[in-house]
Amino acid sequence: MSASPSASASPLHLAVALDGAGWHPAAWREPGARPNALFTAAYWAGLVAEAERGLLDFVTFEDGLSLQSSHPTAADERTDQVRGRLDAVLVAARIAPLTRHIGLVPTVVATHTEPFHISKAVATLDYVSSGRAGLRVRVSARPHEAAHFGRRTFPGVGEGGVIPPELAADLLDEAADHVEVVRRLWDSWEDDAEIRDAATGRFVDRDKLHYIDFEGARFSVKGPSITPRPPQGQPVVAALAHGPAAYRLVGRSADVGFVTPHDTAGAEAAVEAVHAERTAAGRADDPVHVFGDLVVFLDDDAATAAARRERLDDLAGTAYASDARIFTGTAVQLADLLEELSAAGLSGFRLRPAVAGHDLEGITRGLVPELQRRGLFRSAYEADTLRGLLGLARPANRYAATA
Amino acid sequence: MSKPTTGKPVTPGKPVKQIHLAAHFPGVNNTTVWSDPRAGSHIEFSSFVHFARTAERAKFDFLFLAEGLRLREQGGEIYDLDVVGRPDTFTVLAALAAVTDRIGLTGTINSTFNEPYEVARQFASLDHLSGGRSAWNVVTSWDAFTGENFRRGGFLPREERYSRAREFLSTANELFDSWTGDELVADQATGVFLRDARAGAFRHTGRHFDIAGRFDVPRGPQGRPVIFQAGDSDEGREFAAADADAIFSRHSTLDAGREFYADVKRRLAHYGRTHDQLLILPAATFVLGDTDAEARELAHEVRRQQVSGQTAIRYLEHVWNRDLSSYDPDGPLPDVDPDTTEHTIARGRASVRMFRDPLATAREWREYAEAHKLSIRELIIEKTGRQSFVGSPATIADSIDAFVQADAADGFILVPHITPGGLDGFADTVVPLLQERGVFRTEYEGTTLRDHLGLYHPRTAADPERRADAERLADAGQRADAERLADARARSLDGRAAS
Ligand SMILES: Cc1cc2nc3c(=O)[nH]c(=O)nc-3n(C[C@H](O)[C@H](O)[C@H](O)COP(=O)(O)O)c2cc1C
Repeated sequence: MSASPSASASPLHLAVALDGAGWHPAAWREPGARPNALFTAAYWAGLVAEAERGLLDFVTFEDGLSLQSSHPTAADERTDQVRGRLDAVLVAARIAPLTRHIGLVPTVVATHTEPFHISKAVATLDYVSSGRAGLRVRVSARPHEAAHFGRRTFPGVGEGGVIPPELAADLLDEAADHVEVVRRLWDSWEDDAEIRDAATGRFVDRDKLHYIDFEGARFSVKGPSITPRPPQGQPVVAALAHGPAAYRLVGRSADVGFVTPHDTAGAEAAVEAVHAERTAAGRADDPVHVFGDLVVFLDDDAATAAARRERLDDLAGTAYASDARIFTGTAVQLADLLEELSAAGLSGFRLRPAVAGHDLEGITRGLVPELQRRGLFRSAYEADTLRGLLGLARPANRYAATA
Repeated sequence: MSKPTTGKPVTPGKPVKQIHLAAHFPGVNNTTVWSDPRAGSHIEFSSFVHFARTAERAKFDFLFLAEGLRLREQGGEIYDLDVVGRPDTFTVLAALAAVTDRIGLTGTINSTFNEPYEVARQFASLDHLSGGRSAWNVVTSWDAFTGENFRRGGFLPREERYSRAREFLSTANELFDSWTGDELVADQATGVFLRDARAGAFRHTGRHFDIAGRFDVPRGPQGRPVIFQAGDSDEGREFAAADADAIFSRHSTLDAGREFYADVKRRLAHYGRTHDQLLILPAATFVLGDTDAEARELAHEVRRQQVSGQTAIRYLEHVWNRDLSSYDPDGPLPDVDPDTTEHTIARGRASVRMFRDPLATAREWREYAEAHKLSIRELIIEKTGRQSFVGSPATIADSIDAFVQADAADGFILVPHITPGGLDGFADTVVPLLQERGVFRTEYEGTTLRDHLGLYHPRTAADPERRADAERLADAGQRADAERLADARARSLDGRAAS
């Protein structure tokens, strides 16, 4: 085992994905879970404080515009799993004043939302967190979710959970347009647009406010934003990707892509695919992080972790399956796995705690110290903004005249 | 020190009303003075924190945020003389919930450029995250100009703005009520998380919305957010009488206030509602001084800050509907008449619709300016946006109390002109006087905004017990009123005895 610090290896970035009581459907039944507190600010504040104690780069907040379901494309009527959740942007905003360093990345559904609203919401999250905002964009092809809005239908999506590839590609293209509008709106105010010039009576220099004049296949947006450019200039955009069309979205639009490799070869392929798309989108010079997603069951010994997983599966009545690889074991074993996968080009990981009330601490109090011992993780926050933590410079404004 | 309080009821025998007070974060219009050295950021969170904490320290009912979804323009260019830019309403209110405990959080959210499912989940979430302090000011700006920022564009004809607003709100209410509040069991032993497999089920079929499915946020502490309405038209008033808990009005003078108050309260009976179910809270500005004379002087100074020469010309352009940039603000009014063809000069602001007969307004203003020898700037200072309350703390406390007792209002939404410190003086000097005379709370009695406003907590529409409950609560409310009244009388007698 590599127990000594390997100074040559580049440090890893670590994020945690928060979702209800945890990612296992029976997580809420574990002793450390607080299922009665899921709809309180205190619950989320506690989880994010723990993540910040562990010096993590950021947390993501899962979200959707329908109740959780065990079925990929349809609603269910289960009563034995967590159902219901709070709006992710608002949860992130509620936590922002209570934290100082950690990035806050809520999930936003591009398919049914207005890019104008999303842009100012995330810009405002950036203000209330002093530069720690991001957004994780996703699409929805679920017919029942569309029925909550009544403005479009997805007739091709079957009960079997199959989304026609053309529809998926179409929704992801639309999401890329959505992000493009969100990003242009963030730049629609130059940083020094507010002048407060008493001599001319002008509060702003209107030459530094810009119409974005976006015209796309599905919508057009005029601009400028009603919210000035956020502290980071461009808050961090992330997306989860499992295949070519989603890799294209990451390559075109994101600063961080979450991928779900099950081994080193899968990690290499995903990293390569994202970088190819990035180059194709003309962003070869923009840094893009590729993070591996893993579900984690962490305990002091591997047998305990395996037994816990089994117990939860029993409670759920079925073995837990995930798009991401499921890790069961100790912090040392997980550190080994992360080291191995990162060698394939992943710059970080987004860990999905199987049980938030247990595995989050497994990460912050077990994995993090282990990675620190190996010289693979920070020992103090070295920046005040999320871009700073991720090593991303504050970008120039696309509309600013270059002197 | 202060002059003796005269908080006697206007009508003998009429109960003394408790005053409601709210704080409006200074907005993107020329009420807000940005040129003052004390004027801070309108966007940094620290300004919002300062403002909200001051209002909470003063035991205000709620904080109020306005919203406009497109930057205002004049003459085809972004209007640059006023404060420009503001945060997203929901996001900043959720963050403020973290730094305050009791004060209500009211957000202005448009019913044209949003969808009920999304807005309902945002308000229900805010209600959970704030422990029951959310409120929604439903506004209906519908214009195609604003629509250019949205996927749907400017799709709604003007005459349908309230038809959509009403259906929007009733749909949102169906979503709030789709959870009754007792579905969450979360019993770890038995594995029952939800009592009801169809929790959140809804179906709404109407002219503007045809949606069905299951709402995904369990019922918040208040059940529904408190509903505000701010439109002034006949349809707007009907909407308020039917569906709102409070009105944000612009009628802040005594006579206009009383007339408006009587008008909308009269409309309530038609909807089976009683007078105490709709609060009238006009927007009000104020200028405080140590003495009345000092306050009057300060008020004039503030007016000059609010209306620069450039602002005066731009304001005149609203009425004239033409480019007047070549006129000298310190000179006389234009001889040329207003352009009465389609209004094009200013877009994205409410005041545009205030001048229904520009020719008459122009004539009246010219005559007034000549008679009083006023320049353009002096005239605009005179004719627009005079402060509602000017005086020493005692004078302002007197006026506010008198207005409320005279049924010109149930309280006020105060709009300071300085960000973020513009409320500090009011909190420190006027509020204690109102408390002394027993017409304003000294401590929050409840935890939710409905508690502060004395509004009942709605059960679900489907709940057969709702009506009985409402009646019980109404009885209890009357009892509480009687107790508060006795208490207030005792306290104001004490106050008088001490002075
Ligand atoms: C005091 C007051 C404040 C208002 N504030 C806003 C606001 O912040 N945002 C907005 O879009 N509309 C605002 N409005 C506009 C109204 O809510 C309403 O939607 C609009 O005036 C059209 O309705 P009406 O014809 O009934 O007046 C305000 C109106 C009043 C009277």
